[in-house]
Amino acid sequence: MAAPAVQLDSAVKMAVRGLTVRYGDTPALHDVTMDVPERRVTALIGPSGCGKSTFLRCFNRMNDTIRGTRITGEVTLDDENIYGPDVDPVELRRRVGMVFQRSNPFPKSIFDNVAFGPRIHGLKDPVALREVVERSLQQAALWDEVEDRLDRSALDLSGGQQQRLCIARALAVEPDVILMDEPASALDPIATAKIEELIQELKETYTIVIVTHNMQQAARVSDFTGYFYLGRLIEFGATDRVFTNPTKQETEDYITGRFG
Amino acid sequence: MPLHTDRGYEQQLSSLRASVLEMGGLVEDQIAQAVRALTESDATLAKTTIERDHTVNRLDVEIDELCLKILALHQPAARDLRLITTALKITTDLERIGDMAAHIAERALELDAEPPHEPKADSMIDLPLIANLARSMLHRSLDAFVREDADLALEVCRSDDAIDKLHAQLFQALLAFMVGDPTTIARTMRLLFVSKYLERVGDHATNIAEMVIFLVKGRSIRHMDVPPREL
Repeated sequence: MAAPAVQLDSAVKMAVRGLTVRYGDTPALHDVTMDVPERRVTALIGPSGCGKSTFLRCFNRMNDTIRGTRITGEVTLDDENIYGPDVDPVELRRRVGMVFQRSNPFPKSIFDNVAFGPRIHGLKDPVALREVVERSLQQAALWDEVEDRLDRSALDLSGGQQQRLCIARALAVEPDVILMDEPASALDPIATAKIEELIQELKETYTIVIVTHNMQQAARVSDFTGYFYLGRLIEFGATDRVFTNPTKQETEDYITGRFG
Repeated sequence: MPLHTDRGYEQQLSSLRASVLEMGGLVEDQIAQAVRALTESDATLAKTTIERDHTVNRLDVEIDELCLKILALHQPAARDLRLITTALKITTDLERIGDMAAHIAERALELDAEPPHEPKADSMIDLPLIANLARSMLHRSLDAFVREDADLALEVCRSDDAIDKLHAQLFQALLAFMVGDPTTIARTMRLLFVSKYLERVGDHATNIAEMVIFLVKGRSIRHMDVPPREL
């Protein structure tokens, strides 16, 4: 299937071709074709139930864990089909990490939360682990706030700190792509601003796909925006263009608040 | 286009459109009155026209404030955002057209106070013709704004050449007249100014029309040497 006609300013990190997802008999996504540009922030917007979260979960095969899901079409990571028979979903999820709406630190220390992934993937050396934890917390802009209490419970952190901890945890296994599902919707404006600033820093190194209900947030943080409605990708393009001059009436109606 | 889910927002956008139109209508009338004050040597009309420029200025400030309020409170996007930026720019042009009307009225008062010459420079040029061209451009640019009609707006942009040419012709005619009889210079210069003001009205109407094209199509055709043939 042909690549979609959108001018990207970087390489294609992940490519989706003719992706259709059904939960049992219920169609959730219909024939979506889209490219995710490397080291850019791609935002997925749309009303509840439009399929954007289902779409996000296709990038690291999180939908596999939901019974009765049927997926057709193709999703590639660096030109390799992630739904291929040889693909190990655990290794895929290391390369394509995820941050959720509700921060979900383990009931462990800050250190152990960040070290969790590397340990699972076989890293035992305490010095190396310590390095990974520090680097990840630095990248997640949390190090300065927690360096003197790494052994304290992660659950004692504020909501915004917990979310950055979850981002650090995702970074610790050195992913290529980070998926974020409403990462700031439960946070106050200052914690939200910190996450948004962090996203800008992370895109220097990582490819980011973010689902958000907050259109201003999509406008602020993303380079490309996809608008979903009723399981279809209605429009995909450069964020500044989509928010000033969308090509589809449905997109226009949604982003200007003329909806329902 | 469907209405906004937020009715207060919808209301503010409609009232913005209405205010721009009110200002446009007022400015159109100001030009008509100023030209009439000049051609009919009506000093009273000239004075009321100058006085009314304050109302134009007040609307300019009010519309700016409304735009700022909408930007701050609603974070408009897409066409709504283009409406706000268009309103902000259009009102600047309308305010300048209002100034042109006041200037014409001022020149009318000065001409009224001066003894006329024979033969009159006034009869050498067709000021009502250039005035009608300017008013028609302004009227159609505002019409294009109300109807969100990009084709009509493009037509306005393309008619700017005609008014420029007419002004150049008037300039040549009045120059010859002044060379022939230097005692007429003071009076003739004032008429020449009026012609220039009206030509400027055409330029501002063109700016408005260009912004209407931006509003409707989301693309800028400003600062092109020649307006495009079609959109």
